[in-house]
Amino acid sequence: MSNTILEMRDITKTFPGVKALQDVTLEVERGQVHAICGENGAGKSTLMKVLSGVYPASTFDGQILLDGQPVEFKNINDSEAAGVVIIHQELALSPFLSIAENIFLGNERSKRGFINWNDTNLEAAKLLARVGLRDNPVTKIVDIGVGKQQLVEIAKALSKKVKILILDEPTAALNDDDSAHLLDLIKSLQSQGITSIIISHKLNEIKAIADKVTIIRDGKTIETLDMHADEVSEDRIIKAMVGRDLESRYPEHESTIGEELLRIEDWTVHHPLDASREIVHQANLSVKAGEIVGIAGLMGAGRTELAMSVFGHSYGTRISGTVYKRGVPIQTNTVSNAIKNGLAYATEDRKRYGLNLIDDIKRNVSGAALGKLEHLGFVDASKETTVAEGYRKSMNIKAPNVSVLTGKLSGGNQQKVVLSKWMYSDPEVLILDEPTRGIDVGAKYEIYTIINALADQGKGVIVISSELPELLGICDRIYTLSEGRITADVPRDQATPEYLLKYMTQEREAPVNERDI
Amino acid sequence: MSATSDLKNPRQDLVPGKQPGPLGSAATYLAGQLRQIGLFIALLVIVIFFQIATNGITLRPINVSNLVIQNSYILILAIGMVMIIIAGHIDLSVGSVVAFIGAMSGVMITQWGLPWWVAIILCLILGALVGAWQGFWVAYFGIPAFIVTLAGMLAFRGAAQIALQNQQISPFPSQFRALGSGFLPAFGTSGYEPLTLIIGAVAAIAIVLSGFRGRAVRRKYELEDEPFAWFIVKMAFTVALVVYVAFLLASYSGTPIVLVVLGALVVIYASVMRNSVFGRHTYAIGGNLQAASLSGVKTKRVTFLLFVNMGVISALAGLVFTGQLNLASPSAGTGFELDAIAAVFIGGAAVTGGIGTVPGAIVGGLIIGILNNGMSILGVGTEYQSLIKGLVLLAAVAFDVFNKRRAASSIK
Repeated sequence: MSNTILEMRDITKTFPGVKALQDVTLEVERGQVHAICGENGAGKSTLMKVLSGVYPASTFDGQILLDGQPVEFKNINDSEAAGVVIIHQELALSPFLSIAENIFLGNERSKRGFINWNDTNLEAAKLLARVGLRDNPVTKIVDIGVGKQQLVEIAKALSKKVKILILDEPTAALNDDDSAHLLDLIKSLQSQGITSIIISHKLNEIKAIADKVTIIRDGKTIETLDMHADEVSEDRIIKAMVGRDLESRYPEHESTIGEELLRIEDWTVHHPLDASREIVHQANLSVKAGEIVGIAGLMGAGRTELAMSVFGHSYGTRISGTVYKRGVPIQTNTVSNAIKNGLAYATEDRKRYGLNLIDDIKRNVSGAALGKLEHLGFVDASKETTVAEGYRKSMNIKAPNVSVLTGKLSGGNQQKVVLSKWMYSDPEVLILDEPTRGIDVGAKYEIYTIINALADQGKGVIVISSELPELLGICDRIYTLSEGRITADVPRDQATPEYLLKYMTQEREAPVNERDI
Repeated sequence: MSATSDLKNPRQDLVPGKQPGPLGSAATYLAGQLRQIGLFIALLVIVIFFQIATNGITLRPINVSNLVIQNSYILILAIGMVMIIIAGHIDLSVGSVVAFIGAMSGVMITQWGLPWWVAIILCLILGALVGAWQGFWVAYFGIPAFIVTLAGMLAFRGAAQIALQNQQISPFPSQFRALGSGFLPAFGTSGYEPLTLIIGAVAAIAIVLSGFRGRAVRRKYELEDEPFAWFIVKMAFTVALVVYVAFLLASYSGTPIVLVVLGALVVIYASVMRNSVFGRHTYAIGGNLQAASLSGVKTKRVTFLLFVNMGVISALAGLVFTGQLNLASPSAGTGFELDAIAAVFIGGAAVTGGIGTVPGAIVGGLIIGILNNGMSILGVGTEYQSLIKGLVLLAAVAFDVFNKRRAASSIK
């Protein structure tokens, strides 16, 4: 048998009006980890949907060879029967069923229509052991974190006798620990003979685990690099992805810092369902005019919870502490009060919390400041269009006009709509939660430029991010958050990844000595 | 934002809905409007079918007049219902509220001896209180509207029976009855009644003017993708319809008062939903509740007010219905909620909220009304009427789902 387990030949897939894939060719060797890289909208996910039967064989041109044999998948069941299993970016687990029930969902261990629970849970436990998860298989999915849910998905794939495992952005929602664990797991699956195809934006991960990387741009295969043979740098991959040299991933920027705009003192927040659990503990932080301040923390450190509780008490109960604007205490107990007092919060999850995806660009842009367009209770629709049109041009939102539904935009353009919405509300302080999550490299650069421009206008910007290089690249000052506590306040020139990580992982038992910072 | 315009990386990636050729544009546009066009074509086909099947009875002046009057309360309810459904809720209690308000109007007028106009005002206030009661539980207490209004459906039916002590109340003063079955005072003695023709002409002119104005504004901002020929066809059709109905009504007894009420409600609520801040907030809540709330929309207050509004509208429908029958009955309004909900969904609203229009709900209500009316003339039994209405509702929503799937596959 040849060493090639999978070959996709001249795959062309067209949607009405758009050629999503054009003569794409992919060759994957047995037992390797093969990465697929490309900007958003390049066609990576479409290619994987073609491979996994989401798009039936009749809807695209080209050929798929599995172990040298041509195959035609009519649906996902066909592809899974052949050992090709895809794990989507948005996990597809049923939250109120147990781990074991989810693993065997659609593939139940049963006799004459009745579930054999012993067999189900026993088999599930074996599979969980293979993915290094020690939870009880009867635990409900809602009770475990995203990182573990990802492992359950993989266990589910293993239960289907997977030969080729496709992972679409598997670490997008994971913290560094969980990501590292997942990457280790992919390595160990590799030693068990499972071939993996991994779609990822994170170049350091690709460098860490991939044997080969195929780069796709604008629906075409650009090249396949052998990570072992060639000297492949991250810049090399980026260059192929964007089709040009990227001089720097972060725009040059020198902040002009003015007076203090916002100060948060002794901010304490409790869990909304378990009021005895402290999520944020006596946090103190401030931002000055023209300053870009970062908040670094591992997942679960309370970053989003801190931001959302400040912004109109949108998270948590038993919230205490004071918010000062220019030294004067202000009320931020409702979202409209927070907005009135010059705050804006752009969420980390724009699809769930940021946009009305079934409405158009202009109505999303005006959403947080309809009052500015109001006349006797009615919205000035032509002014609204002018405003939105202005942002479409200045923010470089790629859409033919402002009547396009936001659900049809790419991630980067959706994020620009969210930012436009908050800019139009005339805030003095913007809290941007993961502003570049799920956005490709080129659009990230645009977002950074926008953040810099906001600071140059004298606004205070707080950036929450899981990506340390990003914080180091754009912030003037970085707070580290660990277990709901601010553990350090680090100026730009002292900040290194190692230094930040030390404080991001500082545990509660060892209180911070202020003088050490 | 001058800094963002000189970005280093201008990218030309795939823009959704990129400009098709000039020839393709009209077809593309019409394909995008398939739902709307389909709705009107369905209405037209149904009218023509019954016109032929009933040997011309359907479009006789007296029948058109009856059609308007007999469907008015469902259409009124559909206006409130579409707003509730756009916000992602539902109201199952409207039929019982119609009965309850009808009962109370009877009690107020015949037992308490209140003047008819005082009774009307009190009943509308009572409707607002009913809505406030349900809105409180939905908005501020967080109980799903389905449960709250199911409870309301039972409770207000009971309240109606208690108020009437399981008796019927009749008759009502003529001024009160006029709201449901009266006509605007007629001028002239023979031929076409002039006031009705004038109203029809004014309505037609208003439609044309607002159509052209809207188009001019959209053109100015380069948002117009509607082919001009299609615009003209649509305008001509609408105007012809309005004028035709005006002539039919004018040759019978003139303009039903309830049509004026209904017309005013449609114009007001359509514009509230399309252009007002409140309407925007309603769509925002139904489209994405969390996003709306994080944008500073007072989601609880909007939900509460929507239910208050539904209560007032149900009360109005109750008054119209009671006036029309000249009877307050404990079993009035049974099943109205289902007709109103069906009208809204036939009119293109989404079960998940965020999508729907007032005119759509009205057309949906007319389709149901004409089906009822035509089948009654043909002597189709109520069992078959119910069967056919059920299938029409299913077909309309199936067409929606099919359309959406087609649209989704063209995006990505």
